[in-house]
Amino acid sequence: MTELRQRAAREPDAASEDKELESEVKIDGETASDSESRAETAPLSTSVDDTPEVLNRALSNLSSRWKNWWVRGILTLAMIAFFFIIIYLGPMVLMIIVMCVQIKCFHEIITIGYNVYHSYDLPWFRTLSWYFLLCVNYFFYGETVTDYFFTLVQREEPLRILSKYHRFISFTLYLIGFCMFVLSLVKKHYRLQFYMFGWTHVTLLIVVTQSHLVIHNLFEGMIWFIVPISCVICNDIMAYMFGFFFGRTPLIKLSPKKTWEGFIGGFFATVVFGLLLSYVMSGYRCFVCPVEYNNDTNSFTVDCEPSDLFRLQEYSIPEVIQSVIGLTTVWMYPFQIHSIALSTFASLIGPFGGFFASGFKRAFKIKDFANTIPGHGGIMDRFDCQYLMATFVNVYIASFIRGPNPSKLIQQFLTLRPDQQLHIFNTLRSHLADKGVLTAAVEDE
Amino acid sequence: MLAPQMSPTNQLIRQRDGAGFEIPEHSEFLGTLIPRITCGPVFCSVLLLLVFTCIFILPSSAPFASVYSSLNHSPKAHETDIDDRYGDLDSRTDSDIPEIPLSSDRTPEILKKALSGLSSRWKNWWIRGILTLTMISLFFLIIYMGSFMLMLLVLGIQVKCFHEIITIGYRVYRSYDLPWFRTLSWYFLLCVNYFFYGETVADYFATFVQREEQLQFLIRYHRFISFALYLAGFCMFVLSLVKKHYRLQFYMFAWTHVTLLITVTQSHLVIQNLFEGMIWFLVPISSVICNDITAYLFGFFFGRTPLIKLSPKKTWEGFIGGFFSTVVFGFIAAYMLSKYQYFVCPVEYRSDVNSFVTECEPSELFQLQSYSLPPFLKAVLRRETVSLYPFQIHSIALSTFASLIGPFGGFFASGFKRAFKIKDFANTIPGHGGIMDRFDCQYLMATFVHVYITSFIRGPNPSKVLQQLLVLQPEQQLNIYKTLKTHLIEKGILQPTLKV
Repeated sequence: MTELRQRAAREPDAASEDKELESEVKIDGETASDSESRAETAPLSTSVDDTPEVLNRALSNLSSRWKNWWVRGILTLAMIAFFFIIIYLGPMVLMIIVMCVQIKCFHEIITIGYNVYHSYDLPWFRTLSWYFLLCVNYFFYGETVTDYFFTLVQREEPLRILSKYHRFISFTLYLIGFCMFVLSLVKKHYRLQFYMFGWTHVTLLIVVTQSHLVIHNLFEGMIWFIVPISCVICNDIMAYMFGFFFGRTPLIKLSPKKTWEGFIGGFFATVVFGLLLSYVMSGYRCFVCPVEYNNDTNSFTVDCEPSDLFRLQEYSIPEVIQSVIGLTTVWMYPFQIHSIALSTFASLIGPFGGFFASGFKRAFKIKDFANTIPGHGGIMDRFDCQYLMATFVNVYIASFIRGPNPSKLIQQFLTLRPDQQLHIFNTLRSHLADKGVLTAAVEDE
Repeated sequence: MLAPQMSPTNQLIRQRDGAGFEIPEHSEFLGTLIPRITCGPVFCSVLLLLVFTCIFILPSSAPFASVYSSLNHSPKAHETDIDDRYGDLDSRTDSDIPEIPLSSDRTPEILKKALSGLSSRWKNWWIRGILTLTMISLFFLIIYMGSFMLMLLVLGIQVKCFHEIITIGYRVYRSYDLPWFRTLSWYFLLCVNYFFYGETVADYFATFVQREEQLQFLIRYHRFISFALYLAGFCMFVLSLVKKHYRLQFYMFAWTHVTLLITVTQSHLVIQNLFEGMIWFLVPISSVICNDITAYLFGFFFGRTPLIKLSPKKTWEGFIGGFFSTVVFGFIAAYMLSKYQYFVCPVEYRSDVNSFVTECEPSELFQLQSYSLPPFLKAVLRRETVSLYPFQIHSIALSTFASLIGPFGGFFASGFKRAFKIKDFANTIPGHGGIMDRFDCQYLMATFVHVYITSFIRGPNPSKVLQQLLVLQPEQQLNIYKTLKTHLIEKGILQPTLKV
């Protein structure tokens, strides 16, 4: 702890904004001993004010509390506008953005690890961490690319070899990193190095797998990417609004600013928002169709016949609501029913990701993950509630929406041995015969 | 504490002996065993429960507790913020943390009496030797019993390894008093095991699963159920965060996850290799064991230049001597095992017999082929060609990995033990340490064998393809059926005159 105290003394005076935020945090029901230890050990993160000069000048005459609110508001709108622009630009750009966000999140968490363990001086760790990130990304991208770009890969000879032995190559690369780690163990720093190794791997587990599931969802159709993320963002904002206006009973000791009113209000608002958004988006092919790579035009296309999920169907309303609305049936997309499930998850379980991040920040005595976005903190602060959402959507799609891909199955079948093929064929035949699908007439066709 | 410690598998064998089962031919034995109990899964779960409780009954690493109390500060000093204490622990170098000797001797009483006449250095050598032979004979016994017992053994070892590493984490962070952690760690282990077993079981027991309705439901929504279970654990973790123990709890959470990543994934890859054919399980593991033993012997007799600062007892002579002897050993073992269908055939579950069978037409990998020798060997051996199994060529690759990269797993474990100032992972096996100490070199071997098999030996898993086929819609299945039929007829595998 002595090192931390020295570090706090060395840093320049915090901007007025950060002092303001610190005093806000102190008010949040901490005991005397806590605030005493907090005063002793200043927060680890940076205290430099990143707000652009132009904003600072524009808002210089407001009081500092309102200034904070305005800065947050403006940045929120800027981020949302940026999001819309990216959606407009198409799936390729979205993929690249997801990749960048992933790298930045990784960087933020690893930097926290370095600060916690004061291991910034040992340069091998940084190289090794980035190397492991590269390996795992290579592995995941190889798996995705091989699936979706099958024809492209088959054409190019070096790509074909890379994809055939993909797992072996990835494993070899990982092994090299592992052996480098073992060889880099230094006598008095074993524990530190093992901690950083563990830290890197857990971060990879959290950040990289989530981002690749996001990309999988994206390929399923942009709507599966946009609706979940917007639900989480909407839940964040709505819960904050409801908490601001109606908040009274605290929700959890971890995050003293969250309230039950905000939680429940956010839940209902998010479900309604999800319904509306999916209704609006289901009408457009560019959102609804799976992203495919067209060999002829050598680009991504989103053009298809929308599946049953995205075709208007008539649902009869239960009597209890019939009297209220005055309609017997309503036209909805089946996807809207799914969106209720997605929004429910976003509002009920998503916040646990936020609590996890809050607990993490309290555990390591940091205010924000980093200082990338003025007024909001780091990229991780914005994406903490998305942790579990991507995994949930992916599992949801795999379980309830689509089964395995038939053409892919045929490809796999063709690579098997003849006796295996025969065995599978016979099993399939007996299965179909049992089901009554396969009759003698069909057989003779 | 000094009574003979029986491993869970030993207890199981004794139970079966006590119940009057004979031990006939392997597959017949299983055939009699499983239908005798109502249903395979019930049997499995009872067995697993037994293994589980045995692990809890076996004494854990109690010797660490007393020594850790002498670490750093006394418990009363900094009650305000326990996290600060660990902050110190984190950033300090290793030198000022004392070493923890293992203070309880688990050598059985019989051995002690038998060896009481010898000097203590030879006594140690004898204990190690006897235990080594015991473990090797146990290994052979389990192989004889069949693949199912091997699966259970692998599961038992995995749970014990997990338990050992988690216990070390508790000792390091002194979090043994917070009971939620233990529950949560075991719960996560259960979740991840459920997920992996569901993926493997669904693949290999496709026909068995089709019959039972409840299993169908579980298989179809398997990922969703596993994810929901994991989420429940995650939410419990978040809700269990206690004000002054945040950092500790996060550390234990991360420790659990990294341990799961290391032990559980490896053990499931081992089981997948096992299903490929027992030879893919036996040859790698014996290569690693052989490398351990021969490197030790070479180092003992010829060792001079130290290999790596981490493990001062390893020498270059041992390393290179071990490499060559392991390659030769792997070569010979592969030759001997390739003859028997029992080792070579993929393990399959036959629904009619309701047991595991290993009967098949051996693939080309396990059929003798003539290889022409390169000229310089021709002169030495005075032969033109030699008959080899192609698998032996693969075994060279496996042995090479076992000797060259396998030791890095051992160095990793040595570094880990030095980092946390422990002599052995636990005290399960007298003279050798814990289960992890025996299996540290196997870390990467299982993954390598699995990757090797999927890259170079076989394509996708046929049972998995079948499983996915059966999940499709009937119209899609019919389309695929027609496509396959035309393909097979073209290839001449299927005769066109075949009727339903």
